[in-house]
Amino acid sequence: MNISLHPEPQTLSRTNGTTDSAPNFSGPVCPLPVHERPEIVLGHGSGGKLTHQLITGVFLPHFSNDLLDPLHDGAVLPIHGARVAFSTDSFVVNPIFFPGGDIGSLAVHGTVNDLAMCGAKPQYLSVAMILEEGLPMGDLLRIVKSMKRAADEAGVLLVTGDTKVVDRGKGDQIFITTTGVGLIPEGVSIHPKHARVGDKIIVSGEIATHGIAIMSVRDGLEFETEILSDSAALNGLVGVILRACPQVHVLRDPTRGGLTSALNEIAEQAGVGIVLDEARIPISEQVKGACEILGLDPLYVANEGKLLAVVPAESADCVLEAMRRDPLGRDAAIIGEVVAKHPGLVTMLTRVGGVRMVDMLSGEQLPRIC
Amino acid sequence: MKYLDEYRDESLAKSILAEIRRLVTRPWVLMEVCGGQTHSIVKYGIDRLLPDEIELVHGPGCPVCVTALEMIDKAHAIARQPDVIFCSFGDMLRVPGSDGDLLTLKSRGADIRVLYSPIDCLKIARANPDKKVVFFAIGFETTAPANAMSVFQAHKQGLMNYSILVSHVLVPPAMAAILQSPQNRVQGFLGPGHVCAVMGYEEYEPIAAQFHVPIVITGFEPLDLLQGTLMALRQLEAGRAEVENQYPRVVRREGNRSAQQLVSEVFEVCDRKWRGVGSIPNSGYRLRREFREHDAERIFAVRQIDTRESDICISGEILRGIRKPHDCPAFGTLCTPDHPLGATMVSAEGACAAYFAYGRHLAAERIAAQAREEAVLS
Repeated sequence: MNISLHPEPQTLSRTNGTTDSAPNFSGPVCPLPVHERPEIVLGHGSGGKLTHQLITGVFLPHFSNDLLDPLHDGAVLPIHGARVAFSTDSFVVNPIFFPGGDIGSLAVHGTVNDLAMCGAKPQYLSVAMILEEGLPMGDLLRIVKSMKRAADEAGVLLVTGDTKVVDRGKGDQIFITTTGVGLIPEGVSIHPKHARVGDKIIVSGEIATHGIAIMSVRDGLEFETEILSDSAALNGLVGVILRACPQVHVLRDPTRGGLTSALNEIAEQAGVGIVLDEARIPISEQVKGACEILGLDPLYVANEGKLLAVVPAESADCVLEAMRRDPLGRDAAIIGEVVAKHPGLVTMLTRVGGVRMVDMLSGEQLPRIC
Repeated sequence: MKYLDEYRDESLAKSILAEIRRLVTRPWVLMEVCGGQTHSIVKYGIDRLLPDEIELVHGPGCPVCVTALEMIDKAHAIARQPDVIFCSFGDMLRVPGSDGDLLTLKSRGADIRVLYSPIDCLKIARANPDKKVVFFAIGFETTAPANAMSVFQAHKQGLMNYSILVSHVLVPPAMAAILQSPQNRVQGFLGPGHVCAVMGYEEYEPIAAQFHVPIVITGFEPLDLLQGTLMALRQLEAGRAEVENQYPRVVRREGNRSAQQLVSEVFEVCDRKWRGVGSIPNSGYRLRREFREHDAERIFAVRQIDTRESDICISGEILRGIRKPHDCPAFGTLCTPDHPLGATMVSAEGACAAYFAYGRHLAAERIAAQAREEAVLS
């Protein structure tokens, strides 16, 4: 999985003998491979395999330490006997205002959720903004107000920050980085590695709405829809889950790369298999329709207000019931379970009774031609 | 969801499968022509639900896969030019040319845009009069009407900064070429539903008659594919070889006449080189002379491009239904969607990419059997 920043020059194999004269089916006819990518492409930020390669091939070899290596949504710091969750996230969403939210509320929710997925109660956030020359002051004010509202609702304080301005054309209106800390209560131990055979997998509601809402307003792809982003702070819902079952094994918010990336990471880190039941995965009719039209698989589309909980089988019903009483967990469903076979892999029972593997996304999910 | 859930119904699927099992008396090889059908078959595990006697082999109908390497290199040469806005369907972006893919060019500063419709190019061309807007017009007969319409409209509106790089391919000549090959194994076809929505299926009738193969024009949902298989099986078992239409909710025998008329006004039939296959006579479209000002190949006069090929890949045989992805020594190891060696791995709808995406590179038969045992969810 290592990626090389200085790949060897490609070795050219022999030129193929295909000519324009006649159809030739027997000869070997195919192009050279593109080996390791010599520069960053958008797919490196997709949350799928390329992101994974960047982390394991470039960052980890240099930054590796005991607190980073677990590669959870946040680091868990032992400070004077307490366990402090610490996480950071950058937001570059385009457009900056979208149906159901904006870059400001998203930046608060994102870091709050990363902390919550460690089982922590998020408390303090820092905010760093990179502003592009020419950003209308009105837009900035709207974003700031939205951040304040999101922070109030999530019960966190924005306690420090930084601002930089770059030349026009050197940024895309506004980029925001938030960093947060929160305390992990006694007795709570959440980590992807803790998934156990027999555990049930619960998703907190209808998937893929954030990604589709963004796509519906993106240049060149606009389409009319009432789909709103699900962007929301999940710390309240995590509290509900922990009260129902303090022994919950794993929590993940399936953001970039969608459900699939999060589940594959859990399977890989815990060394277990995961089996999903396609018919049980909640997806709204509108999102399903948009995905069909756009040629996208909702399992790979981003969420910003959903979580996956991996819980012991005996607690699953109790957790599900508690989640469904919370507005953010109203449509929660058990969508699969952890199995011993095929460790590291996610498979799915399809609607028509077939079985397929659900692999991590390779690069960006690109719209298909037909 | 309406018009989808009905075609993914498990109990109906089971009853069609039972009928297929009841009817089949000997082994048959069927080819699904379209990449979209291949994708659906592998995604839903349909080939594994069928009895062992029925083998589905995967056809050449992924337009991204069969676009000749020379054409991709031409596209890249055009996209690299500083005054060009290069527009494409999304799945062409990852297809490697001799030197990188469009995503790499984009990361190096080329203005490359993903569109769902070539008609959107006209808006871009109007908004950027000092740029040359080029659309990579690939595809089968399905995408031809929209591509033709974009040129027709640009011509009418005098948008001289709009051109298309044409690499259209046609299905019937490819099917005939497959059947003519001495190594052919295909005994019946699941025909291309969306191609026939445009073209109708009259032109498949001589093929069915000449080669004595059943051709069932088939849709893309699981039940479409199962029903298409059943219809082809009925013909094979009865010794019939006709063109039948499984997809009447979309396809009529005569097709879409106004789309056909537009296509023939703008394009004319030409020989075309298929990646992984070679040149097939009368198997493509090129722009007619009247529209040459919108022909990117003419405008950019890209010199003859030398392409180099891998010597491991067996995509030519896969596209013809002779072999399957896991017969290739490079499949899933040297050749993956991240590093495709050949035609059938480059697009999501290519047979190798579909096999890879749905886990068939990992001794998948075993995995599937185990997963099925364990999939009894409470």
